[in-house]
Amino acid sequence: MIQKVELKNNQREIHSFRQRLFIGLGFSGLLMLLLLARVFYLQVLQHEHFDTLAESNRIYVVPIVPNRGVITDRNGVVLARNYAGYTLEIMPDNIPNLDQTITEIGKLVEIKPKDLRRFRKLLAERRSLQTLPIRTRLTDEEVAQFAAQRYRFPGVELKARLFREYPYAEMTSHLLGYIGRINQQELDGLEREELAANYMGSEYIGKTGIEQYYEKVLHGVTGFEQIEVDAGGRAVRQLARTPPESGKNLTLTLDAGLQEVAVQAFGDFRGALVAIDPTNGEVLAYVSKPGYDPNLFIDGIDTESWDALNNSPDVPLNNRALRGQYPMGSTIKPFMALTGLHFEARSPDFSISDPGYYTLPGSSHQYRDWKAGGHGRVDMFKSVVVSCDTYYYGLATELGIDRIHDYLGQFGFGQRTGIDLEGEVPGLLPSTAWKMQRHKQIWYPGDTVSAGIGQGYQLATPLQMAHVTATLANDGVAYRPHLVRDVQHDTPSALQPLFDLKIPAQHIDLIKRAMVAVTHPGGTAVGSFYSATYPVAAKTGTAQVIAIKQGEKYDEKKVSEYNRDHAWFIAFAPAGQPRIALAVLAENGGHGSSTAAPIARKVLDYYLLGKRPQPLKKAAVSDTAEGD
Amino acid sequence: MNLRQLKQRFVLHLDPILLSGLGALLLVSLLTLYSASDGNGARVLAQLGNIAVGFVALWIIANMPLHWLMRLALPMYVLGMVLLIGVALFGDISHGARRWLNIGVANIQPSELMKIAVPLMMAWYFEKHEATLTWRNHLIAALLLVMPVALILRQPDLGTSILIAASGFFVLFLAGLSWRVIIGLLVTAAASAPFLWHALHDYQRQRILMLFDPSQDALGKGYHTIQGMIAVGSGGLLGKGYLAGTQTHLDFLPERTTDFIFAVWSEEFGFIGNLLLLGLYVFVIGRGFVITANASTYFTRLMAGSITLTFFIYTFVNIGMVTGILPVVGVPLPLVSYGGTSLLTLMLGFGVLMSIHTHQRLVKT
Repeated sequence: MIQKVELKNNQREIHSFRQRLFIGLGFSGLLMLLLLARVFYLQVLQHEHFDTLAESNRIYVVPIVPNRGVITDRNGVVLARNYAGYTLEIMPDNIPNLDQTITEIGKLVEIKPKDLRRFRKLLAERRSLQTLPIRTRLTDEEVAQFAAQRYRFPGVELKARLFREYPYAEMTSHLLGYIGRINQQELDGLEREELAANYMGSEYIGKTGIEQYYEKVLHGVTGFEQIEVDAGGRAVRQLARTPPESGKNLTLTLDAGLQEVAVQAFGDFRGALVAIDPTNGEVLAYVSKPGYDPNLFIDGIDTESWDALNNSPDVPLNNRALRGQYPMGSTIKPFMALTGLHFEARSPDFSISDPGYYTLPGSSHQYRDWKAGGHGRVDMFKSVVVSCDTYYYGLATELGIDRIHDYLGQFGFGQRTGIDLEGEVPGLLPSTAWKMQRHKQIWYPGDTVSAGIGQGYQLATPLQMAHVTATLANDGVAYRPHLVRDVQHDTPSALQPLFDLKIPAQHIDLIKRAMVAVTHPGGTAVGSFYSATYPVAAKTGTAQVIAIKQGEKYDEKKVSEYNRDHAWFIAFAPAGQPRIALAVLAENGGHGSSTAAPIARKVLDYYLLGKRPQPLKKAAVSDTAEGD
Repeated sequence: MNLRQLKQRFVLHLDPILLSGLGALLLVSLLTLYSASDGNGARVLAQLGNIAVGFVALWIIANMPLHWLMRLALPMYVLGMVLLIGVALFGDISHGARRWLNIGVANIQPSELMKIAVPLMMAWYFEKHEATLTWRNHLIAALLLVMPVALILRQPDLGTSILIAASGFFVLFLAGLSWRVIIGLLVTAAASAPFLWHALHDYQRQRILMLFDPSQDALGKGYHTIQGMIAVGSGGLLGKGYLAGTQTHLDFLPERTTDFIFAVWSEEFGFIGNLLLLGLYVFVIGRGFVITANASTYFTRLMAGSITLTFFIYTFVNIGMVTGILPVVGVPLPLVSYGGTSLLTLMLGFGVLMSIHTHQRLVKT
């Protein structure tokens, strides 16, 4: 065997080696081609894709948040503003031990339990990679103290930014609303409307009120800065910059002074007041009592404050002027009288003899007048002045509910006024068709009787009552109630009436004279207005609270109070040439004449005479803003 | 001996063709390093120093007669094995791997030595038994290979063990390892893949997994691959221009002076630059094949073939890894990546090639 191997042919061995080497060469060549193909694929075929990736690696687009528009009243009094301040914000993703970090921060900067609670709530709701404020409105000393120790707190940022502030707090809460942190639902909405890009850096969005309705105008246009960053995220240089466009300032129709007077005139009463300039629909005062401090909501409200507001039997979060629906009671009578005149069911001179009750033909059931024994002979004029129920029981029965529905519908009852606020409710103006549809019942004659004095199915919001009163004051020519008078840089659109009812002058004149007489001896509101130096047309009203409202808890101490009647009062003045029309609702205020009328008097005095009812408390920002 | 003779003596054992290829690649290295280190001249100077050391080593080896080299095979191999065992027992741990041995005067990485010592030992062994070659010799040669590879794999150092395994395999292959055995090995390897998978370290497994979907962990394990591919791909046809690579200069590219230097070159010089670079590698490898084909003895043929093919594998593994067709194993781009040790080993290899070429030329003439 050994010999055999020794005879190995050297040539053959070299040949075999060369063969192997050749295979190696081919193998290397193939793999080299593979590399070349791969490089060609990456650099030529996929170049665009990788170029985009490289660009998005290095170019960072930083949104520049525009300043939110400032809101002022008609005289330039600031109602919502921005101020520069510092917050301490935490990016929870970057912090391994959140509790310990917060404890450490607490040694430098005071963190109240309230701040902590709010932080926890935000933490539960937050979107990923969002920074959350642990403390807002730091004092200069606190800023200095933290800044010196900043290096100890990676992931905690001291942010200088503009804060929204509502200096009038409770007084304007239901009208201005507030801004708050953008939640997931709002973000989805912005994405649907393709506005998400404009909110890239924005943390706040209008949640209710004017802030919500005019969000797009107030927000402004986000600017962008393109910067080149390195892998560590450090900015290397600026590549391009598109400046932001500030949000537009809004001038409201509101008169802050009047608003203040109106809020205070309510005292401890709950309720609502809306005052409108009847010649153009400008809302001069808009009150829903009680209010709340909107400043609490901006950076997220803490649970305790939220529960206090949400569970209060006074329902401060309910926007009564816009969303409270009440039976209108006797304030419907001037409008019923006009309906009677319109359909010629009553002539002004026609009078009834009021025995103090009304019975339907063929029935013995007595519908009682508010005054036992009745008002004697009552014509249309007197029916308004003394608020005679019997007169309207008969009138309504004669008109029938559908004619009432048609005419009052033209006035605006049962419809949204179209004010520039979200969430308005339409009230209710019943008809036979409505009852059939809603209750699957026919309309009974008795339903019409109580409808005549505003105690049936009808419901109206205080805003709606103010609107119809303004329309009446303006001789049937209606303007859409609105809160914004002027949007910065926008040319105001020409004032267009909503509609003109074309009420005959003698009808209007009769009703207005009767309403003026209401504030004179013999009228239901003389008590509040006998001393007024300007002519006032008005009507009182009382809405019965039949049952405890749905959703309210039974509260023994309060039950009697919350079951009292609601007091209504509508008015306009000066009666000859009205400059202001208003509706007041005082919840559980009893009679309109005793509680709602004095509130209206104070408002009218201020607006027409410049008379302040009493020295005003200064609306101090620092007191209310913290919300303690 | 006058100056001209001195000069002649100096270049006598250098192969000008191979040397020009190496020189061009080293030039690419310096150019790219300058960019990769953000214009840091110190890096370039340090690499220049490495090149000088490497060249001296190359010159010495090139001038060494082949029988000297053969005589070194056994002692080098034994020394390497001793050091490897030493590393396994007393080595310093850095980055989670035990690769370095502190021998008092310096820290050395014995696995680098084995890159030369293993093929040298195997080629010497085959030469010794050339006349009586049987399958037993192949088995023993394979054992000579498996022992150091296993030790290096344990360190763990996947990149180096792959390179050494490749260099040893090429010796076996060129020595005429039967095709039946090769195919058998391939089948066995495929069959034992699940077990090998089990034996791999977690980070090695992650790297292989990442290859299939680097975006799975874009900021973690897949980051290297993704950023490397972005750098290469965004270079396009002509590149972004020298010193103008954004991936490189804004720190997005990791390991850019060492394992990922190919991405720097690709980003700045584009596909055209890569044609040039791959061309240079093909030139060097081609020259290696020519030298191998002309080698006169069994030992020199095996040695030259192994060095050439290993150099190719070196290149292939690195570029394959940066362009995302191979997992990230720590293999530098030969002659271009920054680093003294790997350059020295490579230069030693090329010294051997030149010695093989020039000494037999002398014998022939």
